[in-house]
Amino acid sequence: MDLSCTPEEEEFRARLREWLTKVLPTLPAKPSPDDWPGRRAHDLGWQRMLYDAGYADVHWDSSPTTRLIFLEETEKAGAPYVGANFVGLLHAGPTIAAEGTDGQRARWLPPILRGEEVWCQGFSEPGAGSDLAALRTRAWRDGDDYVVSGSKIWTSHAEVADWCELLVRTDPQAPKHRGITWLAMPMDADGITVRPLRTLAGSAEFAEVFLDEVRVPVAHRVGAENDGWRVTMVTLSFERGTAFVGEVVACRRVLGELARTAHENGRWDDPVLRRRLGRLEAEFRALWRLTQWNVSEAEASGGVPGVGASVFKLRYSHARQELYDAAADVLGPDALDLDRPWVLDRLSSLSYTIAAGTSQIQRNIVAERILGLPKGR
Amino acid sequence: MNRTGSGAHEGEIDVRFQLTEDQSALKAGVRELLERRFGREALRAAVDTPGRLDRELWRALGDAGFFALRLPEPDGGVALGLPEAVLVFEEAGRALLPGPLVSTHLAAGAVPGAATGETVVTAVDGELVEWLQAADVVLGDVSGAVPLRSLDPLTPLHRTAAAAPGGRRRAIRAPAGRAAVDPVATLLTAAEQLGTAVRVGELAVQHARTREQFGQPIGAFQAVKHLCADLLARTETARVAVYAAAVTADPADIAAARLLADEAAVRGARDCLQVHGGMGFTWEADVHLHLKRAWTRARRGGGNTESEELLAARLVA
Repeated sequence: MDLSCTPEEEEFRARLREWLTKVLPTLPAKPSPDDWPGRRAHDLGWQRMLYDAGYADVHWDSSPTTRLIFLEETEKAGAPYVGANFVGLLHAGPTIAAEGTDGQRARWLPPILRGEEVWCQGFSEPGAGSDLAALRTRAWRDGDDYVVSGSKIWTSHAEVADWCELLVRTDPQAPKHRGITWLAMPMDADGITVRPLRTLAGSAEFAEVFLDEVRVPVAHRVGAENDGWRVTMVTLSFERGTAFVGEVVACRRVLGELARTAHENGRWDDPVLRRRLGRLEAEFRALWRLTQWNVSEAEASGGVPGVGASVFKLRYSHARQELYDAAADVLGPDALDLDRPWVLDRLSSLSYTIAAGTSQIQRNIVAERILGLPKGR
Repeated sequence: MNRTGSGAHEGEIDVRFQLTEDQSALKAGVRELLERRFGREALRAAVDTPGRLDRELWRALGDAGFFALRLPEPDGGVALGLPEAVLVFEEAGRALLPGPLVSTHLAAGAVPGAATGETVVTAVDGELVEWLQAADVVLGDVSGAVPLRSLDPLTPLHRTAAAAPGGRRRAIRAPAGRAAVDPVATLLTAAEQLGTAVRVGELAVQHARTREQFGQPIGAFQAVKHLCADLLARTETARVAVYAAAVTADPADIAAARLLADEAAVRGARDCLQVHGGMGFTWEADVHLHLKRAWTRARRGGGNTESEELLAARLVA
């Protein structure tokens, strides 16, 4: 296990760079953030291009180092973000690959890879956020179907998704972690109502999903009944692993742009601002090395990222907010103009210490699983 | 921990973080030596006899290759590199080992006897000199230097004539003509700071696990747990920065390592003190020794302004 690139990996990088240079100019213009069908079509189109070029399964079927190279190079080249394919490629897909039957893999995985179907995630509920295992959306067996009622929240891309990876409670009597089941729910089923939620950045990035006696075939269950918590943990560890590689690369680019902008508008002469940017440069250099370290650890452990990912997530989410706070100082009065670059990013960055496990939950994980401190309040 | 491949990222060198077997053995060997020769009793004895440097221990360090580590073998060295030096200095920091370790290490090969531990070498660092009285050789001008009542009981300090004590500094920036700080000195100091962060983390967690209040270990409370988690997150971030800088030897990587290691050590020691509650405020507990040393090291090279400026300059280079 190390971070040196083998000749094959170097060749992979060179080939990928060449391909990106060729195809990126041919991409259609990015749709407006409010145009959900347009965003879906754009993201699926990009995934199809990746598929045709042989890169579609890089998140699943390659070494962590190869994945690191892929994420680094696509970000550096300015390629589209994974977007609407996020849940399919990074959550539901890997879960089905790891826990599904042959038939389930054959049904669901190829359309994800070919850029034909979009997945969304039905995990959090109004009463089950950090305490995800407290979820209450119920599912009853009725013949060959589960009948599902309840509500989900923070569901990204719900308006345009074909499938939802859904956590339901199948045994209300069992301890909370043991009565949960993982289902693949078709989003065109009767009884599903999607209500978009507007974020503080003004856009509808996610939605509430209300489920009223929705019928989901038992054949759409992945893993055993009541084993959904374990199945889910496989998924969540993927989320905290290499998911941020591209973003660290992007942050380092933004930091360079901030410095150049400050140079141009004269604020570079302020030593306080300059030193603050210098400190951020130290932080992001270290975060990049921490990413490499985590990837090499994942490589050693057979692909599943370890608890070191929590240390990274804790530090990165904070650093990202600091970065855009510094951007506001570079912008001066323009920091209040939503049409200026980085202003919306500053708003979006506020979600980073909350999404995918709050910083407080990450600290509990670090303290209990790495430092061995007792569980408690 | 070493350099691998050609470095596929522009301007960056690939780093293998995992220690080689030899590196792990070296680190474990130094830890064992320091536990044996400079355990808690020796540490507290040193606190009680300020200004006295244990020359026997210094020679034992010399025998172990502490100072000659990076010298070529024909010169009596061990022919190892910065990665190994960083591991050794991390252990020294962890053990609170006193003395002008960095200056003597850097003087090995240039000042006779430094490599073997026969000669103790200190150096003027801006307006301060550590261990002036105990040193055999002083690099730099110390005429008119006056002793301070040092904050750190394990680091005697003199103030040089460049600025009178309590007087106004002559310039905000380093005076023209002053020798720039050797990046290797900065890196080795960062490694010592990393060792401090590691040690105060151990002490904080140990105390949080065993000290009981309200009928349970205080480490079960999130308020305490989160102090410890942040301490570890800072330490591990500093560790990758220090190890990566040891492999690349890039001055910008070294500057980053310095900033993160200073932060990890100083804030770690403060949080460790907080976790210890009232005991943390006593002379008897070791926490204050770690904090005072971390503060002292953080002043080296005139503080961290230059590191921040160097990194800022890289952004627009």
